Amino acid sequence: MMRDRWRRGLSHTIVALCAAAVLLALVPLAFILFYVVTQGITSLNLAFFTNMPTPVGEPGGGMGNAILGSLIVTGLGALFAIPIGIMSGIYAAEYAGTRLASAVRFAADTLNGVPSIVIGLFIYGIAVLPFRQFSALAGGLALGVMMIPLIMRTTEELLLLVPPTLREGALALGATRGRAVFSVVVPAALPGILTGILLALARIAGETAPLLFTAFNNRFFSKDVTQPIATLTVQVYTYAISPYEDWHRQAWAGALVLVGIVFFCSLAARFATARLERVQRGS
Amino acid sequence: MPLPFLKGRSDEAIFRVGTGVFAVVLIALVAAIGVELYRQSLLSIREFGWQFWQTDIWDPVAGQFGARPFIWGTLYSSILALIIATPIALGIAIYISELAPARLRRPLVFLTELLAAIPSIVYGLWGIFVLVPIVRHLEVATPEWLRGVPLFTGPPLGVGMLAAALILSIMVIPFTSSVAREVLKAVPQAQREGAYALGATRWEAIRMALFYARTGIIGAVMLGFGRALGETMAVTMVIGNNPQITWSLYAPQYTMSAVLANEFAEATDDLYLHALVEIGLVLFIITLIINVISRLFIWSMARQKRPAPARPVTIKAAA
Repeated sequence: MMRDRWRRGLSHTIVALCAAAVLLALVPLAFILFYVVTQGITSLNLAFFTNMPTPVGEPGGGMGNAILGSLIVTGLGALFAIPIGIMSGIYAAEYAGTRLASAVRFAADTLNGVPSIVIGLFIYGIAVLPFRQFSALAGGLALGVMMIPLIMRTTEELLLLVPPTLREGALALGATRGRAVFSVVVPAALPGILTGILLALARIAGETAPLLFTAFNNRFFSKDVTQPIATLTVQVYTYAISPYEDWHRQAWAGALVLVGIVFFCSLAARFATARLERVQRGS
Repeated sequence: MPLPFLKGRSDEAIFRVGTGVFAVVLIALVAAIGVELYRQSLLSIREFGWQFWQTDIWDPVAGQFGARPFIWGTLYSSILALIIATPIALGIAIYISELAPARLRRPLVFLTELLAAIPSIVYGLWGIFVLVPIVRHLEVATPEWLRGVPLFTGPPLGVGMLAAALILSIMVIPFTSSVAREVLKAVPQAQREGAYALGATRWEAIRMALFYARTGIIGAVMLGFGRALGETMAVTMVIGNNPQITWSLYAPQYTMSAVLANEFAEATDDLYLHALVEIGLVLFIITLIINVISRLFIWSMARQKRPAPARPVTIKAAA
């Protein structure tokens, strides 16, 4: 009898501890979001999105150039990562049992675990050092390398979810394998793949470390991909570690924009996947 | 393409080679990272050899490069983060996958994913302006009798090992918990049902599931460790950036990734650059090993599942 009561008590205690763990993790989340929103919103205005930074001591100014820079660098990264990610994902899904498929899966997981600062070092060695020039292109390459494994894994997973009957139908109609994949299987999985790319973009847009010595920074508007370029994340970093009150406020505003991007991308992805699941269940 | 196997079945072969090339590119990329880092650190490797990792003085101006404090800072902060994060992360994974009511599950998954999605730089900003002052208050409030303990010596600065470990643990929690959740999902329902049928309490059934999933769970924890080792921005902003080896949680210290973030863009001479890249190379190797081992754990768990035992018939009570 005693033993039963003890067992039940232990069980209840552990269930309660698990629930407490969830609450404990939600506290910092709420805490961070609260600070980012309340501190950021006061400095967020139109000028923040359109103006360049002002010199120290001069009020106003914004991160217009850094926002543009982030778009350019992330865009370059996507341009570079999407073909490699999708094609290698297709290979891994189509030839799932082969040795190369296992190797590419393993390489993608490994690449995903490489610290972002190390990827920055790598790109510095191959794209900055030879030209003696920090550039937006180098920053894009660094972000691209980080995106590849994310896109590859999503593509592979989603292709494997496509019902085999679709592919078999295409093959039965006389389509070649390439034709079946590109005009039937991939389009069926496309909404999911796009969602995955969106999530990867959101994650990559928030990266700072790989840009520190690839894209570097720039005080002005720049669209030249061979020149150093400002990005939102590096700008927030520079401002955060500066001693100026005014720059700190701008850093919070930048953080709010970053969190906003991440939040809306995750929300959009969540709705898209929920809809996808409904469609798949319905059919 | 004069490849013999193209004959007759060329469409298939072209498709295979066409997509396979990209797969090879991805694999080559990982190899290239290692080769390039090695090439860029040759000067330092030749000049210092193992001495590089056995000395403590980091003085680029005098040409003295001892990297031991960075290894220490990286390992110490990550292990502390692991100690704090693991129980919480496992608690969350268990709650979401085993205990939560179905309608709470999705929102909770979303919230933990959001925690993982917040950029490192935002954690760092919050760390500097919110967490560090809190840590400083805690440090000031340390009772006298505790100050003799080596963990709590030194002036209360706020920035230092404690702040870094706390912020790292917040960042690692969602990561470890989401992998652990996936692993728990792979445990056959029959395991739990069997436990319940024998009269197990909830915890005893969960313990069964945990035992079944143990390799995967170890993998999840190690994967979180790998994340913590490589984390850069948030740590750089709160750890205080002072290369020293000490047990004190209050002391400002330095990590491998932080020294790269702070000094690389300003490093002037070649030896200095190569010394920094060597730190990056070792960070790469350490995270690589941790990742490979944890993937093997998780994969062995997934393979265990593949030859699935006969699916248990679920009897719907009110159907």
